[in-house]
Amino acid sequence: MVETSDIRVVRCGGSKVNLTPPIISSDSRFVLCTSGDLVKVYSTRTEEWLHSLQGHTNQVTGITLNPANHLQVYSCSVDGTVKLWDFIDGILIKVHSGLCVSACPECFQLVSVHLPKSAEQEVEAKEMSAVSSHISKNPSCTAFGRGGEYIAFARHLQLNVYFFRKQKTYSFSLKATDKKGAKNAFTCIACHPTDDCIATGHEDGKIRLWRNFIHKKEYTYSTQHWHHNAVNTLCFTPEGTHLLSGGIESVLVQWQYGAGNRKEFLPRLGGSILHISASSDGQLFCTSHSDNKITVIESSFKVCGVIQGLVKDAVLTDLMIDPRSKALVLNGKPGHLQFYSLLRDKHLYNLDIVQQEYIYEAGLDQFEVVKAAFDIKGSWLATVEERGKKSSDLEFFLKLWAFDERTQSFVLNTTITAAHTDRIISMCFSSSEETTMLVTAAEDSQFKAWCQGADADTQQDQNFWSCDFVGSYHKLNPTNCSFSADSSLLAVSFQEVITIWSPDTWEMLTTLCQPPGVIRDLCFGRLSCSKYLLGTTTKNLLCCWNLLTCELEWSTSVDVSKLQPDPFSENVAAFSYQSKHTDLFVFKPSEPRPLFTNKNVCSEKVHRAVFVPREEPLNSCDESTQWLNRSQLYFLTQNMDLLTFSTATEEDRMLSSSKQLVIDDSVAVTPFYLLLGKHRQQQQKLNTQSHPHNMALPLLLRVPGGGLLHTPAHVLPAASVLCSMFVNSFLISNTGVQQDPLRYFVHIWLT
Amino acid sequence: MGEFKVHRVRFFDYMPSGIRALAFNQDTERMAVARMDGSVEVFHCSDRFFQEKIIPGREQCGIEGLSWVGERLFSAGLNGGITEYDLTNQKVKYTIDAYGGPIWTITGNQQGTHLAVGCEDGTVKLFEVNEDQIQFERNLDRQKSRIISLSWHPSGSKIAAGMMDMIQVFNVETGHSIHRMLADRGAGTSRSKECVVWSVVYLSDGTIITGDSVGMVKLWDDQTGTLIKSHNVTKCDVLALSVSQNEDSLVAGTSEGIVVQFQFVSMVLEKDDKEWVRTRTFRNHTHDIRAVAEITTAVVSGGMDAQLVVRPLLDKIEVRSAASALRKIHFPHRRLVSCARKSGLMLFQYPGHLELWRLGESEGKGTPGSSLFVKRNPEKLLQLKVKGEDHIRCSAVSPCGGWIVYSTASTLRLYRLHCDNNNISITKISKLPKVLSSANQLCFSSDSSHLFSASAQSSVHIASLSQSGCKFVGTLKPKSGSHQAIHLLAASEDGKWLASANSDHEVHIYNLQTQKAHCTVPVYSSAVTAMGIHPATNCLFMMHADQQMFEYSIEQKQYTDWSRTVQRKGLHRFWVERDTPCLNVMFNPQNPSHVILHDMYMLCIIDQSLPLPDDKTQFYNQLTLKSLTEEQRKSQSHAFKVCKTFKDILCVELMPDQSLVVVERPLEDIATQLPAPIKQKKFAT
Repeated sequence: MVETSDIRVVRCGGSKVNLTPPIISSDSRFVLCTSGDLVKVYSTRTEEWLHSLQGHTNQVTGITLNPANHLQVYSCSVDGTVKLWDFIDGILIKVHSGLCVSACPECFQLVSVHLPKSAEQEVEAKEMSAVSSHISKNPSCTAFGRGGEYIAFARHLQLNVYFFRKQKTYSFSLKATDKKGAKNAFTCIACHPTDDCIATGHEDGKIRLWRNFIHKKEYTYSTQHWHHNAVNTLCFTPEGTHLLSGGIESVLVQWQYGAGNRKEFLPRLGGSILHISASSDGQLFCTSHSDNKITVIESSFKVCGVIQGLVKDAVLTDLMIDPRSKALVLNGKPGHLQFYSLLRDKHLYNLDIVQQEYIYEAGLDQFEVVKAAFDIKGSWLATVEERGKKSSDLEFFLKLWAFDERTQSFVLNTTITAAHTDRIISMCFSSSEETTMLVTAAEDSQFKAWCQGADADTQQDQNFWSCDFVGSYHKLNPTNCSFSADSSLLAVSFQEVITIWSPDTWEMLTTLCQPPGVIRDLCFGRLSCSKYLLGTTTKNLLCCWNLLTCELEWSTSVDVSKLQPDPFSENVAAFSYQSKHTDLFVFKPSEPRPLFTNKNVCSEKVHRAVFVPREEPLNSCDESTQWLNRSQLYFLTQNMDLLTFSTATEEDRMLSSSKQLVIDDSVAVTPFYLLLGKHRQQQQKLNTQSHPHNMALPLLLRVPGGGLLHTPAHVLPAASVLCSMFVNSFLISNTGVQQDPLRYFVHIWLT
Repeated sequence: MGEFKVHRVRFFDYMPSGIRALAFNQDTERMAVARMDGSVEVFHCSDRFFQEKIIPGREQCGIEGLSWVGERLFSAGLNGGITEYDLTNQKVKYTIDAYGGPIWTITGNQQGTHLAVGCEDGTVKLFEVNEDQIQFERNLDRQKSRIISLSWHPSGSKIAAGMMDMIQVFNVETGHSIHRMLADRGAGTSRSKECVVWSVVYLSDGTIITGDSVGMVKLWDDQTGTLIKSHNVTKCDVLALSVSQNEDSLVAGTSEGIVVQFQFVSMVLEKDDKEWVRTRTFRNHTHDIRAVAEITTAVVSGGMDAQLVVRPLLDKIEVRSAASALRKIHFPHRRLVSCARKSGLMLFQYPGHLELWRLGESEGKGTPGSSLFVKRNPEKLLQLKVKGEDHIRCSAVSPCGGWIVYSTASTLRLYRLHCDNNNISITKISKLPKVLSSANQLCFSSDSSHLFSASAQSSVHIASLSQSGCKFVGTLKPKSGSHQAIHLLAASEDGKWLASANSDHEVHIYNLQTQKAHCTVPVYSSAVTAMGIHPATNCLFMMHADQQMFEYSIEQKQYTDWSRTVQRKGLHRFWVERDTPCLNVMFNPQNPSHVILHDMYMLCIIDQSLPLPDDKTQFYNQLTLKSLTEEQRKSQSHAFKVCKTFKDILCVELMPDQSLVVVERPLEDIATQLPAPIKQKKFAT
């Protein structure tokens, strides 16, 4: 039992990129978005992930460009800090800490914080004043007005406008409903950049434009209605000529400001629109969607880029690895399977399984992919799609997809409409290289084997899949099925009984039983342990049978929620859930002693896990990390966090030194700044300090002569300033020795 | 509350006429409404929009425009004439022809000196308003197409005219056109259609606002003659525009039935650069809005669906009250039905004819709420078409059912009705006294022996009726007071008293035996909407437009104690907040303490013997009372018993056999008879 600290659980696969509005840099080259603890920087042109700003220790909740310097970005996080970054180089510039997190998680306050100007990197922000002690927890319900003179925030049915200069709040209330059934609760707010006009979105899809809101009675608003459901987000373009809105319809609507009904639409963007932001020149818009996607849209309403994160909203399939691309495969956008490269943390493509238009509306029963399986070579993919989960009229299709070498994608080969009379419970491909066979087990107490064969009726060359064998056992409902590593044996569990079949002759060889408890998971051992069959039951038992003797080799009492064999080694990983946390055991079936144990991997149940082969194997000799040499274990918690284990050696390899630099936050780092800014600092210090020798001489000397010479003349300061500095830069520094400044001066000579 | 047999009458196919034009007089707070059938009505805006005056129309008299000049009201129509109304006597004063073909619009300047009319032949004609007449002054430069709309600049020096495809600005002094601004036609197929500038408004800062058939509200600058801004309001036509008195708000009515408000607000707070911004949308109409008017505290709109909608602007109202609620006026505030109580006959007054019906008979008894077997169906006995072009102003059937009388603006006709079994015959009384040439209101005495006819100068003529004919008896004149037309008459059961109410809120009581004025009820600030004389006590019961009620003892010439108690304690909030006036006052001979009232939405019995409710008591307490025991009921019950079973009531009458006749005209039935509205795409249909 080894428990080492050099293996740790890390989040991976990209957290939600749609939590906060993305921002576009002022040169429209980068899109920044929050993603878990990180701020990610993407290129707008190539949609590539460039780098991320790493430093927060908890969820980042907001980002905004520094209004004083368009190359810097502020980020705030649940960890109570506001950080300032140079997002192009990924450098942390400043940390404002001390923003306390409210004790009550349900109560949200709006606080204005004065960020003190200071040269230090770590600054404690002390000056805080509460604007409102009770605001909506939805950040889209708060917006700054023209030039930051006021802030508008809404909560439920009340709109408040707080003027900073007057320190006065104006409130306007709406009725909850009216005779026509309008639902007037506020859902989002946007303020016009130049006019005093506040746009608010409402639950029933109305958009109101408020004006004259410094009057208690003579305030006025106009109403526009297009969305049929709540307006999720509103955004004015920087010039204020248009208003953009989005909701569950996944249609971006552009309203012409001041021209009533004139509007344009960009439909079919994918998931429902959560946020919209516009670049400062108004040329690009960004929408983030509920399917963890950011769409970059040109102002001419043309989609020019899609940044797709891992979709983890409703994962019904197992986690799978595409044997060809080594991509992680799971449910993607509705009706699709997504292929996601874990290595590059990038969405590869979506495979449309259902091939029907998905309607973005709540409460509709639509087809969903519920099962999927790859064969060992990755040339076949079997999927099951299903609808009518709640109602009795269950509809499902079994589809088989062949990999097309020419198009490098999966092509539909066979659709089986009534594969079983009831829901398919489990599905697996045979693992032999020669023949591929699919076995499906369903709730109609049958399992069926499907083979590829020439269709007798059509006599065509193309091979379709047809049923080869139907098996059942005492009218019991099967619960799982699994092939042995060489496909010579098929194990199908029927409730408490495991039956072992020979796929060649379809003869039942033996039955194994270890009551009580229904068999939940089933897997054969690999490589040297292939004579073992592992099974877990609902009654917290993990059993290991020896197939040569047909006897129980060992069993242990542990509540296993997921049993995952590593296809590249003998190892098997078992996730066990007890007393509100999940433990991981990695063991070989041949010996009941675990190779590796990790207590408290996470606090939720784990139902989905997968071993992903490594590109280049590690060669760790440590017993506890050896199991991670050839493959890596990923698992998905109930909160839809994709987690993995990483070893210390791995992290060392990946760790890049993070550059940090202290600079004045009001000035961009240019050669000009490095020259002149330091010079100014030096002068200030000369003026204020009694010891002129403490000046930042080393910094000054670091100014390269080359930088000076290559900088265009019109951006350089006067030659009189430069001359002495230039000369100084050639001097050999002799810090440490206190020298008379006058004496120092005399030593200068020109070549 | 007692048990009544109720005749629910729904065969009165009354159709209100669509509203064509509105004109608001700021000084007198009167709203003039012109309808499609040529009738003109005057509403008192600060007196709960009571319909004070009705001037019936004529056949073939389409009014297109209305305009106040001071306190004088002018209209013009497609028959090419300009009409001035005599508002005191509620009739047309004179009509003069403008000689320019059909007139599309009429508007007076703010100074009250001139009227401008826009004619089909392309001329804008100026008329000088004299003391007693108007006088043609001159034409402005003649244009090629018809003048659809006109608006004076507040200074009176310029006129903007909306035409086909363009807007012209005229200098009034020279009569020449200053600017000619072209209105765009619609895109696509409608490009071939002319753009009609339906409405134009000239603001004092020189902005001209137009509404046109393309659906645009456009703002023009009269200095340069250029378009400043255009708002696309609708896909159909913008038919009407109206600007508020201080020019900070504009309303536009469209043919989709929506009213759009624009406000002149500063784009940056506390700065002066203001812009016209589209703000609110009011959807109260189903059909085309032909006229809108923004008054001080509300937007008034009317159109093809014949209802006058008063939508309050909450930002302009100091105290929210019943007077400032949304108001929809469907029916006239006059009675169109008269009832021969003793013989069960009903007389329905349509604009151009009268219908006489006999009520059906039922048999058997039933539990409350159940319907009885109808033994004999109601029967239309008579349809009487009006001679001439004038519409009926008032009509009456005598209580015995033997006489019918009606009056138009020019004639009064009296008929003798013979009704034996199923043979109906009618004879016109040919020789009428000369004074009975026209009447503002008609009334029979309760024994049907006399006819009272209200005529000019607030006087009432009495004529005695007999088999031989009609004989003039005398004239009742008020001792003093105004000469406004009488709109209500009430005769007492014993034939001794007659009460008359005129539109100056005066109520005069006459002694019929001496034919002298008996007394005058103290003048109350609100108009009398209904009144009746109690058969037993001879007290005059009056209902006012502000829902106050008074009981005046004729014999003692003072308010009764009950009336004083009502005034002292005040009426219940719910009673005062009702938005339609009471139209009839009846008394139950079986129960002298009961007074029966009705308005458009409810029927109410006031039991004068019970305590009055105060604001804390439950007003609509019928259901609660039912669940209580006898003793609790006594302590809980109050004077007002309201019945809301009937809807859209035109008239309620109590028959001598303790049955009620309720004449209903369901609004849904009216809606089905209206022309089809513009087809609109509705979401999710």
